Amino acid sequence: MGVKLMGVRTIAAGTAAVLLLMTGAGAAGAASPSPSAGTGGSGPAEAGTSFRTAGEIEAAGRGSADASTGDYLYWSFAADAGQQPTVRATVRVPETAAGRSSSAWQLDVYDGLRRRQACRYGVTTRAATAGEREVELVCALRTVRAWTEPWAVDPLPGTYYVRLTAVGLAKADQGLPVHAEVAVAAEDVGGAAAVDGSLAEPLVPGIAAAKSGDEADSKAGRTVAKLFSGEPEDGWSSGWWTDRWLWTAAGGLLAALAGVWGYRLTRGTGRPSHLPPGT
Amino acid sequence: MITKIRPAAWLWVLLAALTMGLQPGPALAGEPGGDAAPKVELVLDVSGSMRARDIDGGSRMAAAKQAFNEVLDATPEEVELGIRTLGAQYRGNDRQEGCKDTQQLYPVGPLDRTEAKTAVATLAPTGWTPIGPALLKAADDLQGGEGSRRIVLISDGEDTCAPLDPCVVAREIAAKDIHITIDTLGLVPDAKTQAQLSCIASATGGTYTAVRHKKDLSRRVNQLVDRAAEPEVTPVAVEGAAECAKAPELASGLYTDREEAGTHRWYRVALKPGQELRASVSVAADRAVARDYGVLLRATTLYGREIVRGQEAGDGRTDVISTGLRYPRPEAGSDDEADNAAETVCLRVSNSFAPAPGVKTAPGFPVELTVDVVDGPDEASDVAAFGLGRGWWLLAVLVLAGFLGGLLWGWISRWRVTVWRTN
Repeated sequence: MGVKLMGVRTIAAGTAAVLLLMTGAGAAGAASPSPSAGTGGSGPAEAGTSFRTAGEIEAAGRGSADASTGDYLYWSFAADAGQQPTVRATVRVPETAAGRSSSAWQLDVYDGLRRRQACRYGVTTRAATAGEREVELVCALRTVRAWTEPWAVDPLPGTYYVRLTAVGLAKADQGLPVHAEVAVAAEDVGGAAAVDGSLAEPLVPGIAAAKSGDEADSKAGRTVAKLFSGEPEDGWSSGWWTDRWLWTAAGGLLAALAGVWGYRLTRGTGRPSHLPPGT
Repeated sequence: MITKIRPAAWLWVLLAALTMGLQPGPALAGEPGGDAAPKVELVLDVSGSMRARDIDGGSRMAAAKQAFNEVLDATPEEVELGIRTLGAQYRGNDRQEGCKDTQQLYPVGPLDRTEAKTAVATLAPTGWTPIGPALLKAADDLQGGEGSRRIVLISDGEDTCAPLDPCVVAREIAAKDIHITIDTLGLVPDAKTQAQLSCIASATGGTYTAVRHKKDLSRRVNQLVDRAAEPEVTPVAVEGAAECAKAPELASGLYTDREEAGTHRWYRVALKPGQELRASVSVAADRAVARDYGVLLRATTLYGREIVRGQEAGDGRTDVISTGLRYPRPEAGSDDEADNAAETVCLRVSNSFAPAPGVKTAPGFPVELTVDVVDGPDEASDVAAFGLGRGWWLLAVLVLAGFLGGLLWGWISRWRVTVWRTN
């Protein structure tokens, strides 16, 4: 029995060691040590006016705009596999000569291929009701998956664009100074959303041209404008680490223990007492 | 970000240089300095109505002058700034003469702040409001170079030089020169001025601002000049064909084209096995359009079979309608040359914008096309990552299976011992 117990212990210790090794390697694999790029400076990202000029919001960062009603305000941010990004926009309603503006504001989110993304919940179009100073808009995106079939519009790791604008703008409301803020938060879903397959490159616009240009430019010491240069906080995930490894390994371990227990049940509890020693 | 180039990287540089020599190069420009310096021209209305004293108690002209002084102080070094006036010279009543009255006050080029300020100080509100001709001249002033170009129009009144509609002029400028954006600012605008200025702005993807206070004016102009200074990727003009066979072949990059309502534009992309094509398209509504609209991007084979499509529809106020698609081509099954040859993928862009009644259809709607050819993705062989499991059900099943396996093993070995003993 002592030998048996020893065996169980060794298995348990061995599995634990393997698990530890895997988690360690996984963390190292998931977090490449590149600092997040983005706008570089601190403070909220200034809005752009088109997909091309969108202001880059850093990971879990903020964007702001001092603009005119009627402007189309664009920001971009990076979202990685397994995240559920939520975009919140606050618009300080401008004052018109005839009181507060009654225009409705709209928040749209597009992916790196400029495909409009659905929101799971959140009000994306709203006008300020009487007495309200601010309009708040929310879009909670679907979970970003590492891979989908090419015919699907599911969110993929890469760039996301936020567009904020006034819709149904009354003529008298046009061109008024307005202040807007955007915040992006991403919740990690974890292994539940870990799908098989992965993209070779994140869905970042202009990534092919930027890559082929990069080597030549770093040699010449030039900086070339990019459509998007942001990255998630820990860099793009390599795609192979998921907590499913832990679950599956723990399952295997428990199965082994259960097997040993089952085996022992059939053997009774130790040596039968009526047998003389040495038989 | 400056990275040290390792010896291996030199090989890549060489390789990249070689491949770039063979293929049409990546269509990205926009490095600052040299040809790519951003250019801005401020176009100021100096018509008689600028005398009105209704901006924070001062005259509109005084507000504009003060704003200009502040902007000239804050202009970033790399920006080449010019100033053009309209209605500054001719005092008479002859419309023909009045409508030619636009002159360059300070040429577009490296900025001498003192000189520019002195020039601005001499201005006095005088004549007509020839916005259309002034915009045309301003576009000429900005000719040349690869950088972004911006016209900032500051006006307090409607164009007085019909039939030349400044809105149509703006659209033509944008169609002729792909990099120009016109931003407009209206000083205490009435409804008609407002409509006209916002029409000019939306025709070129610019912005419109109504100014009622002095500080708003300088802040906004400053912001626009700063925006011009920010490096941006400038698209390459391309002309799509009416059928795939004659379509231009595109490499990875950013392109721009024009598409009239009801027409199709075709482009071609060569795709090797194991590569993925990513294409997205934005069609801009640069004029008044009917309420509902849509866009369709199709990827087909040379023989017309549809591979994948991206589509989007919308309604209401918008600047662009966009969609995209991706098409990963599977790895070749063999080393055959025929299997590994590049496939021609035809991209077709169509839109269902309908210009509002009375709005010209030419030039077509601006189309922005992004093409990226990257390595193909790893195909999924299972729903879950690597086919691994997760959750309490998995654990329960494994534990149960392990337990049953242990029991079975125990019984078998007991039975074997019994059999051995009896023998």
